[in-house]
Amino acid sequence: MSVELTGAEITIRCLQEEGVQCIFGYPGGAVLFIYDELFKQDKVRHILVRHEQAAVHAADGYARSSNKVGVALVTSGPGVTNAVTGIATAYMDSIPMVVISGQVPTSAIGLDAFQEVDTVGITRPCVKHNFLVKDVSELALTIKKAFYIASTGRPGPVLVDIPKDVSQQKTKFEYPDKISMRSYNPVTKGHTRQIKKAAELILSAKRPVVYAGGGVILSDAAPQLTELTQMLNFPCTNTLMGLGGYPATDKQSLGMLGMHGTYEANMAMQYCDVLIAVGARFDDRVIGNPKHFFNENRKIIHIDIDPSSISKRVKVDVPIVGDVLDVLKELIKLLKAEKEKPDQTALKEWWKQIELWRERDCLKFDRSSKIIKPQMVIEKLFNVTKGDAFITSDVGQHQMWAAQFYKFDKPRRWINSGGLGTMGFGMPAAMGVQLANPKGKVACITGEASIQMCIQELSTCKQYKLPLKIINLNNRYMGMVRQWQEFFHGNRYAESYMNALPDFVKLAESYGHVGMKIEKPEDVEDALKEAFKLKDQLVFMDFITDQTENVFPMVPGGKGLSEMILV
Amino acid sequence: MENEAGALSRVAGLFSARGYNIESLSVAPTEDPTLSRMTLVTIGSDEVVEQVTKQLNKLIEVVKIIDLNDGNHIERELMLVKIRAVGPDREEIKRLAEIFRGSIIDVTDKSYTIELTGTSSKLDAFLEAIERSAVLETVRTGASGIGRGEWILKV
Ligand SMILES: Cc1cc2nc3c(=O)[nH]c(=O)nc-3n(C[C@H](O)[C@H](O)[C@H](O)COP(=O)(O)OP(=O)(O)OC[C@H]3O[C@@H](n4cnc5c(N)ncnc54)[C@H](O)[C@@H]3O)c2cc1C
Ligand SMILES: Cc1ncc(C[n+]2csc(CCOP(=O)(O)OP(=O)(O)O)c2C)c(N)n1
Ligand SMILES: [Mg+2]
Repeated sequence: MSVELTGAEITIRCLQEEGVQCIFGYPGGAVLFIYDELFKQDKVRHILVRHEQAAVHAADGYARSSNKVGVALVTSGPGVTNAVTGIATAYMDSIPMVVISGQVPTSAIGLDAFQEVDTVGITRPCVKHNFLVKDVSELALTIKKAFYIASTGRPGPVLVDIPKDVSQQKTKFEYPDKISMRSYNPVTKGHTRQIKKAAELILSAKRPVVYAGGGVILSDAAPQLTELTQMLNFPCTNTLMGLGGYPATDKQSLGMLGMHGTYEANMAMQYCDVLIAVGARFDDRVIGNPKHFFNENRKIIHIDIDPSSISKRVKVDVPIVGDVLDVLKELIKLLKAEKEKPDQTALKEWWKQIELWRERDCLKFDRSSKIIKPQMVIEKLFNVTKGDAFITSDVGQHQMWAAQFYKFDKPRRWINSGGLGTMGFGMPAAMGVQLANPKGKVACITGEASIQMCIQELSTCKQYKLPLKIINLNNRYMGMVRQWQEFFHGNRYAESYMNALPDFVKLAESYGHVGMKIEKPEDVEDALKEAFKLKDQLVFMDFITDQTENVFPMVPGGKGLSEMILV
Repeated sequence: MENEAGALSRVAGLFSARGYNIESLSVAPTEDPTLSRMTLVTIGSDEVVEQVTKQLNKLIEVVKIIDLNDGNHIERELMLVKIRAVGPDREEIKRLAEIFRGSIIDVTDKSYTIELTGTSSKLDAFLEAIERSAVLETVRTGASGIGRGEWILKV
């Protein structure tokens, strides 16, 4: 007879079986048995954060930068409610994650017990799936399912709620190798006929654009996307979530599209005749108003693993449900076998048009300013790190400048909250990135408002010696809010001024880190160089930037892509 | 769908979260006790119904979904209705119940309780045939549907 293990032991054993090396969490009553088992082993490393939101963001950053499933562990009640923002953030960006939460004992569920919340109910709308484990005999299988669901199909967070008594009960431990669920069978292979149709349409294109999104990153298909785009000599634009899916420094890259996308990318999207959407979901921040986006001369191919992403906001002509990686491989094979090529004269004309749009130089800014321009900080950061850093960001203007000015050539280097737009994401996510990439250079681009939403994590960084470089673009404003107020609310800056800011240098120092305050444009580059030389230390760099700088181009809400406000 | 606690609330939650409307919903376990079958009636444009279908399919516990309107199908709903029945109305109501192939399943001096099965519009028609103030209480199950002929919904 095999030995019986407790639910807590089983939980940890399952994590080991899944090859989980690092989890992020915070203890409490309902998870004490699980923590006890963590304590007794050394295969799974636990990172103690200072707030559960940060645990989930860190697991998220870990997942995004490594393509492993991120894991967080939180206690019942307030532990879970604190984690919800992180879970919703991961959900909106389709990030593979397993969250394990403690729950009050089964006998106490429903009795308004101490630290009881309806975890499954609260998280239901922001998880891919969740489970309440009522019997220890189901625990191992449930955790197996959780990892399987989180990491296959369109990825997403899965929560497993474990009542305290279940973590104490004993049963035989068996971890299934494989799993099949009759109600969950995500497709991977695209339909051959549809792929053929796509190839035909591609060959007929005169003004093509490749529009690549987060799905390319999630499926690790950047090499295939690049190969396809380059063999066809097509222009490529990436969404905020897709940056790094195609090398940004390449001449075929049009940069980011959308609300704060480049002029050339948005114009090309609007006026192309064949649009190849790859793992992108026609988000409202990307195409603006669908009625304005509509163009009867444009045919759309849409590759997505989630059928509900297709024809949700925009009707498409050739839908292909499947994994980007599989579909692109097939498509490349087909096109290579094809003798025909797209009309090269037309393509040349199209590139000429695109060059004209490029000449508009939509990302220009005042380079001789006496005040630090935020764009310039990012440009210098790109140069100093040779484009090779992992960059996380918070939410606001700084996020858009980071996306516009740091040229991502590789996937999984740009880590930000796009769908939910969660301020407070940047630093905890960077912790996860650093733990997944111990040798990597990791910088968090943030604003003085965002950074204060999870500032407590400076303590976690100290404990685990995480040498992040925090780039605080300090404009003393919730800049993105201020910009909207300037443009659309008659310059009435309601509650967007950041009063009573801390001295960030002293703050960083009080946590045991290095702080720097940079006030002059001519000091920016040296400061960055110095900071990155401090390889083993977290450096908090407080850049005092131009308060009135705005992000351009901008497509105002309700408008179409060609209706940008330009600088 | 899987006959599991919480499956129903996922469906209901999906509809409220995405702003779809539920006209009616009926659900019970099937001959295979691990499965429940749900009939859900919703109204929307083709695009909305397509999205509803795709979103429902994404729910992990949903095993299979079909749009009965894609083919011939049969739809039935059960209604229990308590009707004030005194004096000359008593006969009249009894006759009406017969016409609609309902059966009287409970009787008091002052009331009949009638059981009626049919399409939702037949049940509506019955209620319209009766004077409003005489209807004391109604309870309806919502529609259950099944395809016509030998075609079956297999999982
Ligand atoms: C302040 C702010 C401003 C913003 N401005 C912009 C902007 O100007 N431009 C912009 O682009 N975004 C902007 N965003 C982000 C925006 O809100 C969306 O998050 C983003 O555009 C969505 O990117 P995506 O379309 O690539 O989809 P994602 O959210 O990355 O979704 C990925 C898609 O790929 C599919 N997929 C996943 N895995 C696979 C697979 N293996 N195979 C096939 N398909 C798969 C999914 O089903 C999904 O449809 C902004 C956000 C904020 C906070
Ligand atoms: C948690 C949360 N609350 C509110 C918002 C709305 N919001 C978006 S950007 C922004 C201002 C961010 O200011 P800061 O971090 O200083 O960045 P800046 O725009 O100045 O670069 C706010 C409040 C949000 N995205 N997230
Ligand atoms: Mg700011």
